[in-house]
Amino acid sequence: MKKTLSAVLKYFFLTAFAVGFLYPFLWMLSGSFKPDFDVMKLGLFSSHFTLFNYDLVFGRIPILRAFLNSLIVAMSVTATVIVFGSMVGYALAKIKWKGAGTLTVFLLFTMTLPFQLTLIPLYTMVVKFGITDNLLGLILPNMLTAVSVIMFRQFFVTIPDSLIEAARIDGCGELRVIFNVVVPLSKPAVVTVGIITFLTSWNDVLWPLIVIRNRYLMTLPQLITVFVLGGQAESHLGAELAASVLLAVPILVIYSFFQRYFIQSFVSSGVKG
Amino acid sequence: MKRTGKIGLALSTPYILYALTFVVFPLFFSVYLIFHRWDGMSTPTWIGLKNVARLVNDELFYQSILNTLLFLVINIPLQIFLALIFAVGLNSIKFLRGFFRAVYFMPVVVSGVVVTIVWLQLYSYDNGILNNLLTMVGLPRVAWLVSPSMAMPSIALMATWKNVGLYTVLFLAGLQGIPAEFYEAATIDGASFARKFLRITVPLLGPTMTLVVILSTINGFSLFVEPFVMTGGGPLNATLSSVLYIYNQAFSFGHLGYASALGFVFAVIILLAVLVQRRVLETE
Repeated sequence: MKKTLSAVLKYFFLTAFAVGFLYPFLWMLSGSFKPDFDVMKLGLFSSHFTLFNYDLVFGRIPILRAFLNSLIVAMSVTATVIVFGSMVGYALAKIKWKGAGTLTVFLLFTMTLPFQLTLIPLYTMVVKFGITDNLLGLILPNMLTAVSVIMFRQFFVTIPDSLIEAARIDGCGELRVIFNVVVPLSKPAVVTVGIITFLTSWNDVLWPLIVIRNRYLMTLPQLITVFVLGGQAESHLGAELAASVLLAVPILVIYSFFQRYFIQSFVSSGVKG
Repeated sequence: MKRTGKIGLALSTPYILYALTFVVFPLFFSVYLIFHRWDGMSTPTWIGLKNVARLVNDELFYQSILNTLLFLVINIPLQIFLALIFAVGLNSIKFLRGFFRAVYFMPVVVSGVVVTIVWLQLYSYDNGILNNLLTMVGLPRVAWLVSPSMAMPSIALMATWKNVGLYTVLFLAGLQGIPAEFYEAATIDGASFARKFLRITVPLLGPTMTLVVILSTINGFSLFVEPFVMTGGGPLNATLSSVLYIYNQAFSFGHLGYASALGFVFAVIILLAVLVQRRVLETE
């Protein structure tokens, strides 16, 4: 009796908080289909269903273009981080050479540096290279991260040397060893690095705001920030919510299928980082 | 040996080139900029310690640090408290555990812009949902983002809502590493739930706790999009965060040299804070 009571209480409590986390998202979704006078109501259903908000968003800002820009940037960054990160991680984990120790220490050192330190100098680099208002300005400074190299290194260390030796005897060069043997054996590391890198890039706003001024080159979160702040939404609450929905939905759809991997990635990168 | 040396270097070349361009050079350049006045276009002019002197007398600099401290003082304890409760709750159930975990974690993966836009409306003074709920039960409205004393706490509350899921899953992973025998032995000895929680759970979660405090601190000093969208740093600079201040100095006023000096000092403060937290929390 006491046990069932405590179980009921537990589930009641956990459900109450689950509503607290879910409701704002549901409210955003439903509000995006409501006329403005209905948005601020608590209820999720309105008898005045409208697509006006989405019309306004698609009509006012190049949102599909922004979606594409975000996708290009996040995919490029994720690809370079995985390819180059695994190469360097392999050099540190599986090849005995003099610089390996120094390089590892250097990587760990750069991981402790707060980004505030190099934010402005980094901007001046991008200006020097002439890649402001250019997607390369978003990709190049993020094409590798120290965390990813370290995470690959940690995982590669656990792969038996005998496998690598066998591949070398079969005539594989180092690059083929990495990409045909080591990386395929390291799916958890690739998934973790991939998810964290993609999300970080997709959700970043500060760096795009600094580097991109041309609205046709803006990333999705950036364009929506500018839309809401710059007055183009004309304080149509529903339109602001519709823009937020368009920003949130792609990630939430992927998340709903792969939430286990997302959570695992954050846990393992949190514990190691 | 010589051959492997070459291979190691060759494979590391992408990182070495990257680090020289985007880490090492900017690092030196940030030191260089501290002593220069620069608008980003003309040649920087040497001004000695003027940026430093200006910073020491800059009220907004201190204000932004105080704002961040206020944020952290609310955000960190609240986050640890809630995440601990959630983790212990989730750890004690089997049915639907994965579902609840996924729901609590959801705000973590969503862009801060989304969360900020939604909460901006929830916090609205006249007809926001939170104030509507308060007036429904007969309580007065709260000036969430309008009042200088409430604005930063409101942002801290929102940040807690967004991030608590991350800390919940970190604690949950920590809890699952505690052997069940510890609790069984304590139960046999007649220990109460509270006693077990305080004597077994909390001490064994120590390393996770340290991680949570450090991650939250770094997160607090990185606050940008929330005040940028919600309040623009106001009212009366009450939500001016360190990164927002750097951004304003650099890109609203064109003081790149001074912004760089600010970034340098904030970075030193963050490094010191993390170092002190490590020391204190790890010896406890």
